[in-house]
Amino acid sequence: MTERYVKVYPRFERFWHWAQMLLIVILLFTGLGLNGLHGAIPFGPAVMIHTMAALALIVLWVFAIFWHLTTGTWKHYVPSRDGLLKVARFYVWDIFKGGPHPYRKAYWRKHNPLQAITYLALKIILFPAIWITGLLALGWNLWEDAPNALALAGWVTDIHLLSAYAIAAFIVAHVYLLTVGHSFRAHVKPMITGFEKVTLTPEEEAYLESDEPERIRPRT
Amino acid sequence: MIRFLLSLLLTMLAVAGPLAAQQSGAPALPGADSTADHSKFEILKKDFKTGPEVTEACLSCHNNADDQVMHSIHFKWEFEHPETGQLLGKRNVINAFCGSVPGNEPRCTSCHAGYGWDDMHQSSAEAGATPDCLVCHDRSGQYTKADDRSGHPPLDPVPAKSKTITGAPAWAVDLGKAARSVGQPTRANCGNCHFYGGGGDNVKHGDLSSALYEPALSTDVHMSPEGGDFTCSTCHVSDRHNWAGSRYMAQATDPHGTGKPGEARTTATCESCHGNTPHPANIKGLKLNDHTDTLACQSCHIPEFARGGVATKTVWDWSTAGKLDEQGRAIAISDYLEADGDHRHTYLSTKGDFEWGENVTPHYAWFDGVVEYTTGDRKIDPTQTVEINPIHGTPDAEGNRIWPFKRMEGRQAYDSQLNELVYTQVWGPDTDTALWTNFDWAKAIDAGMKAAGEEYSGEFGFVDTHMYWPIAHMVAPAKDAVECESCHARDGRMAGLAGINMPGTAPFDWAGTLGLALFLSALGGVLIHAAIRVLRPSKNGASHD
Repeated sequence: MTERYVKVYPRFERFWHWAQMLLIVILLFTGLGLNGLHGAIPFGPAVMIHTMAALALIVLWVFAIFWHLTTGTWKHYVPSRDGLLKVARFYVWDIFKGGPHPYRKAYWRKHNPLQAITYLALKIILFPAIWITGLLALGWNLWEDAPNALALAGWVTDIHLLSAYAIAAFIVAHVYLLTVGHSFRAHVKPMITGFEKVTLTPEEEAYLESDEPERIRPRT
Repeated sequence: MIRFLLSLLLTMLAVAGPLAAQQSGAPALPGADSTADHSKFEILKKDFKTGPEVTEACLSCHNNADDQVMHSIHFKWEFEHPETGQLLGKRNVINAFCGSVPGNEPRCTSCHAGYGWDDMHQSSAEAGATPDCLVCHDRSGQYTKADDRSGHPPLDPVPAKSKTITGAPAWAVDLGKAARSVGQPTRANCGNCHFYGGGGDNVKHGDLSSALYEPALSTDVHMSPEGGDFTCSTCHVSDRHNWAGSRYMAQATDPHGTGKPGEARTTATCESCHGNTPHPANIKGLKLNDHTDTLACQSCHIPEFARGGVATKTVWDWSTAGKLDEQGRAIAISDYLEADGDHRHTYLSTKGDFEWGENVTPHYAWFDGVVEYTTGDRKIDPTQTVEINPIHGTPDAEGNRIWPFKRMEGRQAYDSQLNELVYTQVWGPDTDTALWTNFDWAKAIDAGMKAAGEEYSGEFGFVDTHMYWPIAHMVAPAKDAVECESCHARDGRMAGLAGINMPGTAPFDWAGTLGLALFLSALGGVLIHAAIRVLRPSKNGASHD
């Protein structure tokens, strides 16, 4: 077992991540304005920006889902109880005592169990919830004559709003955790260069060295 | 898309025709664009002594016109409502302004489209009233009606202090000149009566004032000479002297829209020209078009009424009328300064206290077009604000839209035993009963009720009232339409209206509050986490390695 710098975030994944970040920031900002929390942008332009950004993000998600399924990278997000408690215990306790992070990234397991389950929840609960309710809100005129449409519209708005706040809460924790352990810069860097230090089996290392040398950095 | 482009093209063609005609300027002589030059007709060259003589001359050629006019609401002042069955019209209703026509005939009927109707007991036809062609068709600009002669014009010699229906000092009308000038009605022909409803400029409607004679583009895009330069009948299209548009039974929406290409629409709706999806075919336009099944066009495109410098009366408290000064003379206070520099009355011994408003934000309500009236035979609850004309409308049925209204606040007399609104005689310079002459409510109500033939207990009080006036004029340029956030906000314009799904009005409802709490907990959580890390620095530092 050796630790090597391996490109675990290919170009599409990095583009997906940062484009998504930008769109989500735009959506949160305009969305909170539309909800009446601030008036920094007039309502009309805010609706337009929110709608365009949302449609762009949905297109991006369609590509991302396709990418996950065709490249097999969806496997990174399969939940596992193995080590979950240790990681959780680290964040709520051991970190204050200066203990080491219990997780070692593997080539086919680049997220720690807590990350994996969080991202999975984001991808299969929060994101679908917000885009389904968002599309329903956008297409209100197509179903406003349905029975109890107004009550349903209330639920659509509420779920959309709660999902948005939950995503905002995720961002807070996500950004904060970049400060834990290594420096903030060191944490952000892999999502820019694509290279992250992961634990490789001798077989994985040999494979990368011989078949995909551009994905593994030379030993220093 | 093709359908849209086609309709756009057709609209452009349809608009370009009349516009080209308008740009060439109005005909120098009224009627010069017609096949008949009325100034050359021998029968119109005679020396007319009365209005009816002119009408007789008109009818010698236009021999169906009197029959048409006499069956119109302009002449009958009566309207049997097809939905409610109520018998409405000026002849019958009680309003929140000067109250009622019966008992006040020669003053009120000064704006009647006829001559000589001085008794509401009889219909205008039974009373022998003659249609007044000139009030609508005069193009000489010097025809008018005296304010107290049952529709007759002021003629030489004009009595001292007499006034016209617009409140101006009266002049002697030259009937011959008027007769030889006739043409299609202008804004002034209609406006000389309709702009002065309620006894003064813009008192009643709120969206019909003297500002519309020659409105700025910002006041009314359709009627402005800088815009469409429309006359009233451009929209209120007529067919045999009957006009589209009704305040008793309005068309709250027009799903038929522009109809098939080239189809003539005999209706005064916005949609009959602009269609049902009037906004441009882009994302913003699509979203705006989504609003058209909920809102009347007017709700956004008439952001305020009483624009253009003329205020409208917003409050009229009759209960304070009758106060006199120490010498026993009537009091007149004019404390409201209008944008155009005019002072408007705020107290009159004859009429009580008033309030005025300019650029007034409308009251919004669901409307299906049906307006009911609290007629003199209806019981009221004097402990509540009485709706003079309840607006029918619901979010739950087809054909309903949210409309803008002027909501007039009144306080007016009622029969405190029978709990019914009363008819009042306010005008009557030669009577010993009329309120404006004698300042005695008991006599004025008694005389009004007798004139209307209604039962009266003899006991009266005053009750708060609301009266609604649908707003459909003073359409602003598109850039001045109501902003989204005027409604999509806490306490926005539509606050309190049922049946609408409107984001942005409740940022702190349960979901908003819960969500914000979740977000703030996350923020608080990481701050506490960070604080502990800072306060308890570990020897080797928290690290993955």
